[in-house]
Amino acid sequence: METTMERPGRLREFWYYFRENRGAVIGLSVFVVFVLVAIFADLLAPHDPTQQYRDHLLRPPAWSEGGDWSFPLGTDPLGRDLLSRLIHGARYSAFVGVVVVTVAASVGILIGLLSGFAPRWGDTIIMRIMDIILAFPSLLLALVLVAILGPSLTNAMIAIAIVQQPHYVRLTRASVINERTRDYVTSARVAGAGIWRLMFKTVLPNCLAPIIVQGALSFSTAILDAAALGFLGMGAQPPTPEWGTMLAEAREFILRAWWVVTFPGIAILITVLAINLMGDGLRDALDPKLKRS
Amino acid sequence: MNKPVVVAHDLTRHYEVGGGIFSSTQTVEALSGASFTLQPGKTLAVVGESGCGKSTLARVVTMIEPPTSGTLMIDDEAVSPDKWASLRSSVQIVFQDPYGSLNPRQRIGDILMEPLVINRKDMSAKDREAQARDMLAMVGLRREHFDRYPHMFSGGQRQRIAVARALMLNPRVLVLDEPVSALDLSIQSQVLNLLVELQEKLGLAYLFISHDLSVVKHMADDIVVMYLGRPVETGPIEDVVANPRHPYTKALLSATPIADPTIEKKRIKLEGELPSPINVPKGCAFSPRCWKATEECRAKRPVLDEGRHRVACYHPEG
Repeated sequence: METTMERPGRLREFWYYFRENRGAVIGLSVFVVFVLVAIFADLLAPHDPTQQYRDHLLRPPAWSEGGDWSFPLGTDPLGRDLLSRLIHGARYSAFVGVVVVTVAASVGILIGLLSGFAPRWGDTIIMRIMDIILAFPSLLLALVLVAILGPSLTNAMIAIAIVQQPHYVRLTRASVINERTRDYVTSARVAGAGIWRLMFKTVLPNCLAPIIVQGALSFSTAILDAAALGFLGMGAQPPTPEWGTMLAEAREFILRAWWVVTFPGIAILITVLAINLMGDGLRDALDPKLKRS
Repeated sequence: MNKPVVVAHDLTRHYEVGGGIFSSTQTVEALSGASFTLQPGKTLAVVGESGCGKSTLARVVTMIEPPTSGTLMIDDEAVSPDKWASLRSSVQIVFQDPYGSLNPRQRIGDILMEPLVINRKDMSAKDREAQARDMLAMVGLRREHFDRYPHMFSGGQRQRIAVARALMLNPRVLVLDEPVSALDLSIQSQVLNLLVELQEKLGLAYLFISHDLSVVKHMADDIVVMYLGRPVETGPIEDVVANPRHPYTKALLSATPIADPTIEKKRIKLEGELPSPINVPKGCAFSPRCWKATEECRAKRPVLDEGRHRVACYHPEG
């Protein structure tokens, strides 16, 4: 029986497999909301995130006693609307995550590929340098880098990217070395493929699954590290409504005003969880070995 | 007699191993002194047990690795690493494991077209696709399989795809590195018949590497028996099978099962293990396991004698 069926497009096929994983779809929806909030923060936020309402210091959320519906999630110690700050904070978190993962992953993958294909001495040099970077506690190294570069969100992102990039190098190199000896790589070489083609077209697509998962995980690590640097005064500077900085600013009021730490914490938790779920689903959908034909 | 497509003379491939800070390098003699010719439309079988250098030979002939010494001529042109790129399309290879030899991330069409994309840059995308679809039909698959991924196929179908890819550049020589040993018996014969059919149609020369003598008897015109990196007996397949002269060949043949319970078999059991190629015995490599070995065998390595049916032994049979 000869049937000529039009293949569904790549994207539709991807969506078909992605859809089967419910957690991933929930994660994706939350992530889309997160991104939309980040993009349209100016339109969604009821107040200016830095506007201080001196009459409304530490006002509790609207539904609890003493709440006010003009500040749905309450206000912080300086009388700024918490909801507006969270909405604007999404923008910074998304920015930190995207920039750090992009920089760390692209540099890390490139170095990892080179290391995997390099002769033994080149591989040894690259991996020893990565070992040296990994030998430092990551936060300490980021702190030192920020101290050298000067405290700001941009420099914090650069520092975090440098700290995270050895993980990508190791991961990529490990899968490259594993894949490189396989017969399909040899047959691509027999077909005449040059080293760049072998790296990026033959081997790299087969190494992506663990890198995607690592990317999702390090997206959250990046947000957390940026928060930690902010906490230590080395990241986003007040009054920037970055979630981590908000947590740090509010730590004195944890016992008196639960909402000032709870809501930024929940925001980070939900975002990180959603991204991780999405990363899992992404891997399942991108890996043809798991597809049913 | 036709003009040979491949002439190999004294091919040798040694590997350096070890060589850390605390140990000196050692040399693995994976392949030594392999000479043979490949004729269009003919099959040369290379047999021997694991670790005897069969796959190294395949890698040298397909220009994956340069030989340590010796010469390889393809179409009267001496092969050297700077000419690899231009000679690639003459020699292609089919690997043993069809599950490892197809890129799991590429569609069948992309796998088949890759050699064309690399080597025939002036070809239009449409022509490439047409050729790939025709090739699928030629190896007994359907043209619509073009858009599928390798994991959607069975082992036999995958091996057909591997053959199709190897043929995309219209090679003159196909190196078959144990092409059926990973397949079911019933599938083996299908793939073998396909190979025979393609050879007749395209006039291909096969270098057929195997450890399965019953398959070799079915496929080959000539045979090279290898032991520890060296050919010990070569000749036309009928002669070698009917009248093995080297004790090792005789032992190998006696291990082939015969599908007839009435025939009484005299199985020659070899003692001991294949020696390590790092530490090749002085003299004949087979002498530690040979029942005919003498002082002479242990002292000096025998060379292949002359003639059509050649053997490297001081005490040949028959």
